[in-house]
Amino acid sequence: MISIKNIYKSFNELQVLSGVSLEIGRGETVVVIGESGCGKTVLLKHIIGLLKPDQGEVFFDGENIARMNEKELNQVRRRFGMLFQGAALFDSMNVYENVAFALRQHTKFDEEKIGEIVKAKLALVGMVGVEDKMPMELSGGMKKRVGLARAIALEPEVILYDEPTTGLDPVRGDTINELILKMHHTLKVTTVAVTHDMKSAYKIANRIAMLHGGKIIAEGTPEEIKNTKDEIVTRFIEGRAEVMPMGL
Amino acid sequence: MKDWLARMGSKLISALDGMGSISIFTAKSFYLSLVKVPSARVVIPLMYEIGVRSVPVILGTGSFIGMVLAVQMFTQMHKLGVDAWVGPVINVAMVKEIGPVLAAVILAGRVGGAMAAELGTMRVTEQIDALRSMGTDPIQYLVVPRLYACFLLIPILTIISDFIGAVCGYLVSTKAFGVSSFYYIQETKEYLEYWDIAVGIIKSFFFGAFIAIICCYKGFNARGGAEGVGRATTSAFVATFVTILVSNFFLAVLLRFINYHILKV
Repeated sequence: MISIKNIYKSFNELQVLSGVSLEIGRGETVVVIGESGCGKTVLLKHIIGLLKPDQGEVFFDGENIARMNEKELNQVRRRFGMLFQGAALFDSMNVYENVAFALRQHTKFDEEKIGEIVKAKLALVGMVGVEDKMPMELSGGMKKRVGLARAIALEPEVILYDEPTTGLDPVRGDTINELILKMHHTLKVTTVAVTHDMKSAYKIANRIAMLHGGKIIAEGTPEEIKNTKDEIVTRFIEGRAEVMPMGL
Repeated sequence: MKDWLARMGSKLISALDGMGSISIFTAKSFYLSLVKVPSARVVIPLMYEIGVRSVPVILGTGSFIGMVLAVQMFTQMHKLGVDAWVGPVINVAMVKEIGPVLAAVILAGRVGGAMAAELGTMRVTEQIDALRSMGTDPIQYLVVPRLYACFLLIPILTIISDFIGAVCGYLVSTKAFGVSSFYYIQETKEYLEYWDIAVGIIKSFFFGAFIAIICCYKGFNARGGAEGVGRATTSAFVATFVTILVSNFFLAVLLRFINYHILKV
């Protein structure tokens, strides 16, 4: 369904992606892991066309996203939902307006129908009765749930999660993991998540890919990743820092 | 020498890149504002914020400028023994130059600064990316309504500023300095032309567009958290302020040319 072919991306002098290739099948849940700042979010933003690669191609259902103009991309993006790291709720709108945003922009539903959909999506993420609250009145976990309700408002085929559990306590983090699984099973969507939270990765992934040095250096099922002998991967999943010479 | 050349080259490329980027941004904003009128749901709150909430500050600045012009002009005109000329001098200066420029500068600070800060915050908190991820063009949704609001309301605010400045100038001249009300109005009618009023209003349409485009552009390109938003806001005000002053000169020359050579008034 999504095919990333040998993409390169740099920002000024900094080379972030150096030939990343990844295949994501329909209905799969693929989790990209990697240390902070290794380019996971950059990779995710290429999938939805928020960034264009310097080289390489990104195909979605056979169409090359990397070559599309903004107008064509806007059509394709309606088939995606994205949960941003900080939820990225519109802070000038309340919860209801945030979730209703894409429906008002891209459908001809009347306000009654939009209201029904908003309530249903909020109920799906366990956020009933918060429609009138402003984003600043919500906790981190609540914001992520509302962000997820907004992401699924147009019933996307693919949901992208950028660090879904970052900044949350373990219980709230696990609630988000459960929600990701629920979305996957209820809505039958393809899921791509990037995270450095291994507990989350093992719980939600069908397949895990590790990004390091601008490339995918390992790929496999959660079990295969757990049992890998690759030193970089094992150090990352065990959370072991590189041993530094004494005195530093 | 090589390093110096490299630095200069890098600065030149960066400047050209910036010019290209703001040109594309401007072209796209104007194009989208022509092809699709933004919805009232989005524009009306902006018009309220930009227009209605700017009225007190515009009344305050306009009135004091009118009054200070009266004080300074009366002092000079009285020396020449032509007290009643205070009227046309104040009114022509107010409607043609000081009113539009001052209103635009005040609004660049109040409205432009707020726009740059708001859009800058949206940029650094990924709200602009969130808009794009939902298939909405952020220029269409965020810039076009602001362009409409500034383009339509800044001329109206300028008219309010001109009017209050003229009234306050009249009151100070006639009530405080004893200039004859009849001659004040008579001389003003004699020397103030409709074209003078039109010049100020035409300029204010340009200033409104400059404020919207420059401040939105700076906000859209904010980087790096709160500090970046602060930098974008300051930079937006400075760039708009300079653009207003520089363009005011060229607009004055252009409008004078139109008046004398095309309209032949």
